[in-house]
Amino acid sequence: MTNSAIPTGSELIKSGFVKRRRMIAGIMRVFLFLSAALSIFVTTAIVYILLRDSWPFFMQIPLTDFLFGTMWTPVFADPQFGVLPLLLATLQTAGLAMLIAIPFGLTMAIYLSEYAKPAVREVIKPALEMLEAVPTVVYGYFALLVMTPFLQQFVPGLKGINLLVPGIILGIMILPYVVSVSEDAMRAVPNGLREGAYALGMAKWQVAVKVVIPGAFSGITAAFILGMSRAVGETMVLAIAAGQNPNLTWDPREGAATITAYIVQMSLGDVAHGSLAYQTIFAVGLLLFLITLFFNVVGFYLRRKFREVY
Amino acid sequence: MSVTTQGSLGNAAVKTDQAAYAAIARAKRRDIIFSVGGLVVMAIAMTLLLTLIGDLVVRGLGRIDYDFLTNFPSRKAERAGILSAWVGSLLVMLVTALLAIPIGVAAGLYLEEYARKGWLANLIEINVANLAGVPSIIYGLLAVGMFVYGMNLGKTVLVAGMTLALLILPIVIVSTREAVRAIPKIIKEGAYGLGADQWQVMWNYILPAARPGILTGAIVGLSRAIGETAPIITIGALTFIAFLPPAPITGEFPFINFDWLNAPFTVLPIQMFNWVSRPQADFHTNAAATGVVLMALTLSLNGVAIWIRYRLRKGSRN
Repeated sequence: MTNSAIPTGSELIKSGFVKRRRMIAGIMRVFLFLSAALSIFVTTAIVYILLRDSWPFFMQIPLTDFLFGTMWTPVFADPQFGVLPLLLATLQTAGLAMLIAIPFGLTMAIYLSEYAKPAVREVIKPALEMLEAVPTVVYGYFALLVMTPFLQQFVPGLKGINLLVPGIILGIMILPYVVSVSEDAMRAVPNGLREGAYALGMAKWQVAVKVVIPGAFSGITAAFILGMSRAVGETMVLAIAAGQNPNLTWDPREGAATITAYIVQMSLGDVAHGSLAYQTIFAVGLLLFLITLFFNVVGFYLRRKFREVY
Repeated sequence: MSVTTQGSLGNAAVKTDQAAYAAIARAKRRDIIFSVGGLVVMAIAMTLLLTLIGDLVVRGLGRIDYDFLTNFPSRKAERAGILSAWVGSLLVMLVTALLAIPIGVAAGLYLEEYARKGWLANLIEINVANLAGVPSIIYGLLAVGMFVYGMNLGKTVLVAGMTLALLILPIVIVSTREAVRAIPKIIKEGAYGLGADQWQVMWNYILPAARPGILTGAIVGLSRAIGETAPIITIGALTFIAFLPPAPITGEFPFINFDWLNAPFTVLPIQMFNWVSRPQADFHTNAAATGVVLMALTLSLNGVAIWIRYRLRKGSRN
């Protein structure tokens, strides 16, 4: 190749340039494909590891004892492996979180998508995003050391470790996520529908309640279901503020270990690899994975269906 | 509304007018109630969060000084510091960034530019969406089963970095896809027209054009990783570490040292968790101080990401 002239095609082929470029393009294609395929591998690995390491547990403990037993005392001399106390605490805190997140989240999403001026939205959306990034251990600190002592003044019988406060904090924690997903769904409702409703003489709130919410319904439901999935899988707030004693109770003023809190508690202690205690972590982990998978699949399906509509 | 359909002549028309005015007034009132309600809910949520964060700062800020940042954890609260924690966080983030960003960008690029519509692309897409929703503690269990005991890597910086990289991969992938999708087709077609092959187009045109979007996603992902506690606990990171991993850069040849990858470690959120769980109030102050450092890190990272996106949007408008 000379400096002045542009190389001709045959020169490029002769110098091996074309061959080299083809090779690089081919290698990169394979690398990109492998990177994308990694996600399939990770999902498979999660399922495989959870099944492999909990298998010996399910060989020893009948599935009905695990699912319907009311005592969870895996490290006692007379061990019981009923997961109900952990499951109930998990669902109770997630339910409390939804009690906060649904009304607050829906109101905020309607306000942001239908009422707020663009300038207000430009400020609030990034602020919500920042809140999504607050580390969960910090929320755990809030729940245990700030919120609980404060609420103890008003709620009689509220223990220092309880389910109520982590539930509330969890609700606040998933709020930004729920708001941003359901607001996206509301904004995706075509403006023509709104304009049609206005032309029929509807007021803003009527448009919001009778046009936008029904129009975005599957998207909004997806937001809450995905929020629920997050609340179920959340760990640190519960490990810190909901306690580590399995406790079958309907009273949110008492503390009770959730599935995630139990995994943290066992991981903090020295659990021998391959012991029954080690296997219990994976057994409850598998249960947790299945619950969140169920919520995620439903949420994913609803969101996709919603996208197809518009 | 029924009143508008009753428009008949004479007295009835006057009557419906009044009814219509009343209906309009009612609707306007409700509108005001709705918008005020929205503002109030927003204000309640924001005030609550600002109070909590303010409380953290008030309790913790006074504790942060040079000694706190350069001391190892200690059994005495007033002599304890977060040196090993922030160094550990830094090293783990280094591993996470080096793994998650290239792999995530590559995967996003593949899905957006290379993959043909079909069952395979669909399967990968569903997997990415699902992985984004898997609880972080499950990634911890995966790491225990696969990295710690399966591959016998131990409870090291490398394992923590790999685990968090898997965790934030979906975030990087999704933001890469969005960034790549937003690039005008003309750029690509122009490059192909000049005879560039697919990889040349990607490397020289698509990736540079998508850089701000990719960067935003990577930063948001890393800020998530830096505060993540649960998976690190499950892989069994020690909470009392009174030494630093070997330095990555040494004075002697070959100047780079990889021993730190295999060193035991602790990170900021673990240190905070450890101090929160203790009964003494002095340790709670330490926890608050660690929380302030952690919040400052994640919020400033997110701030940078938002700023990049803002600049990006402003740039594309002109």
